[in-house]
Amino acid sequence: MRPDLEIIQNWITPKSRVLDLGCGDGSLLNYLKLKKNVNGIGLEINAKDIQSCIAKGVNVIEQNIDEGLTNFQSNSFDTVLLAQTLQASSKPDLLIDEILRIGEHGIITFPNFGNWKSRLSLASNGRMPVSKFMPHNWYDTPNIHFCTVKDFDALCVEKNVRILARTVVDSQHQGNWAMKAWPNFLGEIAIYHITKNS
Amino acid sequence: MSRQFPSDSVGIIKPQTAHFDEELTLRSGKSLNGFDLVFETYGELNSSKSNAILICHALSGDHHAAGYHSESDAKSGWWDTCIGPGKAIDTNHFFVVSLNNLGGCAGSTGPASIDPTTGKYFGPDFPVVTVRDWVNSQAMLSDKLGIQKWAAVVGGSLGGMQVMRWAISYPERIEHAICIAAAPKLSAQNIAFNEVARQSITNDANFHGGRYLDANTYPKQGLMLARMVGHITYLSDSAMGSKFGKDSTLFDPSGDKFGRDLRSGTLSFGFDVDFQVESYLQYQGERFSENFDANTYLLMTKALDYFDPAIDFGGDLSRAFEQASCKFLIMSFSTDWRFPPARSREIVEHLLKAKKDISYLEIDADQGHDSFLLPIPRYIDGFKSYLARVFEELSSDAA
Repeated sequence: MRPDLEIIQNWITPKSRVLDLGCGDGSLLNYLKLKKNVNGIGLEINAKDIQSCIAKGVNVIEQNIDEGLTNFQSNSFDTVLLAQTLQASSKPDLLIDEILRIGEHGIITFPNFGNWKSRLSLASNGRMPVSKFMPHNWYDTPNIHFCTVKDFDALCVEKNVRILARTVVDSQHQGNWAMKAWPNFLGEIAIYHITKNS
Repeated sequence: MSRQFPSDSVGIIKPQTAHFDEELTLRSGKSLNGFDLVFETYGELNSSKSNAILICHALSGDHHAAGYHSESDAKSGWWDTCIGPGKAIDTNHFFVVSLNNLGGCAGSTGPASIDPTTGKYFGPDFPVVTVRDWVNSQAMLSDKLGIQKWAAVVGGSLGGMQVMRWAISYPERIEHAICIAAAPKLSAQNIAFNEVARQSITNDANFHGGRYLDANTYPKQGLMLARMVGHITYLSDSAMGSKFGKDSTLFDPSGDKFGRDLRSGTLSFGFDVDFQVESYLQYQGERFSENFDANTYLLMTKALDYFDPAIDFGGDLSRAFEQASCKFLIMSFSTDWRFPPARSREIVEHLLKAKKDISYLEIDADQGHDSFLLPIPRYIDGFKSYLARVFEELSSDAA
């Protein structure tokens, strides 16, 4: 299992209800079903991914997150997942509101634009960074809302969102002590476990 | 020499008839004292009788869903695209049952049957049947076939409504519900179209208050018109456009191509058929009127109008779905304007509210409501993978 998914699954209660926004080919939900016996549903718009979910027996709903999640009841899921999708959503701040309306907890992962490689690339080349884990050019990228670990922290404060846990990993999804010490500088992927501040 | 059918065809099929002596009380309060259901089966029932799939037909469908009735049969069953060895509903894996619903005109007891108490055609005296009545009678057929639980109940359009009713009324008898191009209830516009169809039938001079068979005739014009209106709602604008909207190469008044798909080289400047789409609709209507009973058409449209499973739950569809314990696959098609994706999304929303296992596919297709009958790759792939998964579950349960 990928280390980031290993981290995520630690935050999921067995037999809980999980909504995975942008569930891809359903690997994570399938893993959570086998390992934690969760009752999961994924949202996806990519036809090939949807087909993979169905073949795996993962519940999948063809729905565009950007067109709203109003068909989901408030507090109807224990956890709402958003893996590597925040930066591609049209209104990330409102999406976070929706995640915590629908779920008791949210788990959000995104590429950390504050990582030293991005900083170095921009500083030295003067051009938008293109790397293995952010392989697109600025004009054709689906990632329209990049942020850094610090930016996300600030948004959570602004929105009165409680961060239960935060961790960062590199593009191989490995973490170490240095990343823990300098997450915004060394972390390539940020993983947040959040809830509403009551 | 015997005819070679395609390798993925179920081949020649012989319809069977199940007779029921028991009385069936209908939703209307009326009852039927004994009735027949005609049905076909494809594939083999396994020893634990766990691999059965029930097919529910739509407005003008019948029991003949797949295969051929004879060597010389030109046309295969109405859902031959989806039923057969290696197809989405794989008859190598499943035992498939398809019946003609009560009130139908393809062999099951209906208005064109003889009422045993009078010795005359039922005609307009045949009681109005609802989706619920159909499902109850289908459950009786299941008993007769020894099928305690369906691996899946499957249907498109009005068939999809029967699927929902199965899930709500018989939760212990259905493992998977596959509901395609359906709606949780009709819109006012849907009912309006049905009413035009009914009016055109009942106002035909040959309708005779529904007793046309006694008068040895039938309301041909009315039934034709009803079908023409219905047919327009089954196709999308773009599907009609690509079929009939091509520029005509026949008529060339000014050196430029003129108009759309003319039948002959000249405009009639009268009220005869000028365009291909007109003759197509007339042909469809005419063929239909020769093969379908007008009273059955009236009944089927009423069953559509009356369908509303939320009615027993204070209008709350999610509470109706809470009764269900099966898993759901819902599919819709982008250009379907009879039961558009928004209607399927309503079903999805209420299934989510009821916390059911559900998958939903919204398939891009040009062909409108009729898409569910057609070999649209994404639709067939999703359908097939889902049922392959159902078969895997069955096999692992048995192991």
